[in-house]
Amino acid sequence: MIIGIKDLAKLLAITVVVCCAVFVCSLFLNYNLDLVGIQDEITTEMGRILYDAQLASGKVVASVSGGCLVVTTVIMLVFYVKNYIDSHGKELGILKALGYSRLRVARHFWVFGISVGIGSVLGWAGAWLYMPDFYEVQNAEGLFPELDPQFHPILSLALLALPAVFFMLLAVCSAFFKMKCSVIGLLKEAQEVRISASRKEKKELPFLADLRRSTLRSRKTLVFFVGFSAFCFSAMTQMSLSMEGLGSETFSWMILSIGLILAFMTLFMSLTSVVKANTKTIAMMKVFGYSRKDYSGAILGGYRPVACVGFAIGTAYQYVLLRIAVDLIFADFEKVPEYQFSFSALLLSLGMFILAYELTLYYYSWKISRQPIKSVMLE
Amino acid sequence: MIEVNGIRKFYGSGESRFQVLKNISLKIEDGDFAVLLGPSGSGKSTLLNVLSGLERPDEGKVLYDGEEISALSDSGLTAFRKENIGFIFQQYYLLPHMTVLKNVRMGADLAANPDYKAIIEAVGLGDKLRKYPHELSGGEQQRVSIARALAKKPKVLFLDEPTGALDEQTGRQVLDYISQLQEQYGFTMVMVTHNRNIAEMAKTVIQMNSGILSEVCTNQARKTAYEIGW
Repeated sequence: MIIGIKDLAKLLAITVVVCCAVFVCSLFLNYNLDLVGIQDEITTEMGRILYDAQLASGKVVASVSGGCLVVTTVIMLVFYVKNYIDSHGKELGILKALGYSRLRVARHFWVFGISVGIGSVLGWAGAWLYMPDFYEVQNAEGLFPELDPQFHPILSLALLALPAVFFMLLAVCSAFFKMKCSVIGLLKEAQEVRISASRKEKKELPFLADLRRSTLRSRKTLVFFVGFSAFCFSAMTQMSLSMEGLGSETFSWMILSIGLILAFMTLFMSLTSVVKANTKTIAMMKVFGYSRKDYSGAILGGYRPVACVGFAIGTAYQYVLLRIAVDLIFADFEKVPEYQFSFSALLLSLGMFILAYELTLYYYSWKISRQPIKSVMLE
Repeated sequence: MIEVNGIRKFYGSGESRFQVLKNISLKIEDGDFAVLLGPSGSGKSTLLNVLSGLERPDEGKVLYDGEEISALSDSGLTAFRKENIGFIFQQYYLLPHMTVLKNVRMGADLAANPDYKAIIEAVGLGDKLRKYPHELSGGEQQRVSIARALAKKPKVLFLDEPTGALDEQTGRQVLDYISQLQEQYGFTMVMVTHNRNIAEMAKTVIQMNSGILSEVCTNQARKTAYEIGW
């Protein structure tokens, strides 16, 4: 089979996302299981209230964060499988032409699930390293008896083995369905183009505006990823900056780190795919005499509004999530910590986002300008 | 006029370094139809890339009406190509997610040319404006690339084996379109080919062999695309 180490290395983004998901879920679910184990020993009223609140918040955090990250991983994996098949259509078409069945070729795609397995192991190991501190922070008030992390085989199975098996099957299935077309279709797959509704459009736009629009339309998954990246950045940084009094400093740093890693991994993955998918277009624009500003603006510029929308949704999401969390966790507490929308966190996050996003775009614009025209012509 | 003085070009480095162009000097007059003829590996495509400003020579000068383009910065070269040069390649390199109209507009917008639809008509694709490249035949795709190149009103048109991927009938048709359009618009044309028959259409034939200009001659009796052998 033709899936090499280099192809698998491109799945780093999946490994990072899965690592974050398993890290968060391991921490909270393991803590929840241990907490349930000592519920009979919690006798004070305050202890019972905190017990219920922590159990509920653990479930919310694990299901919301874990769920979002699992959905993202599914989209990423399907996207990578599709990309691989698109860019290796000829080889796969030849295999089919030689008589290899679709299933026989597709089953080799299980290796894509390795990235999930690695991410799970790293996230799980990271969670166990951090777990003693986490338990200490959770019981900082000393309302529970001393609680040490216990190993739960069922949880380890659910967070280590199941995701890897599930995503291996998903990779095989998506490859199986993606290769459904005929041999000829597969051979021509790389050149196939999704025709947008623009054929019927009456209004003629200038070429650069048209290119900007068609770049966005031709790769909708990348639009999602750029938006998701901005969403992660916005939600996680603002949450981290505005949760003073709601959680420990360690919590804030953990959320900030996960948010930044997710945001940048997704953004780099998306923009690398955008540039790669448009290599020939960029080369032809250079040949014809379009400037760096022209081709960078047309290829990358269209994602700015998408990033802004992602940032806005992230802002709303983090506020709603923290609001619900505060109302839920401190519902029975006499002294409810004050939580209001933090405009200073919004401004700081927005400033950092604009700087980081524009620097990243500048880097990619520079990278595009360095692409040799000739190498494309020789393909 | 295009003037080339003492061009040398090397590829590779260390022990694998080899010379592709060996001290090439030549002149191409305005409005000329010049063919760079030679076998594979003779350096004709490299010379075309150097002449058009896609690549820089390692030694020597390339001058357009006395202005040395080989000394221009990258942005200077880009601006130069924008103002002066058109390209047609063997593989067409059309933008796959854009219609015929939009592909041609890519060239037209650079020259602020509002008459690009007339050029599409001139290459016989007036009824295929809304078609996408993959919905066209090879010959039609090459005609789109011709329209795209001409829509930017180039002073010099460079063609790299424009009929290399086409069958005889379509190849003749494309060559006929190109030569007619050259007569109509009066631009200079430099075409790379390994086909001696196509060279019979040109005014000037520049013969290359192993990186050296072996012969430059003028065709006294030029033939049309339908008179040449194939």
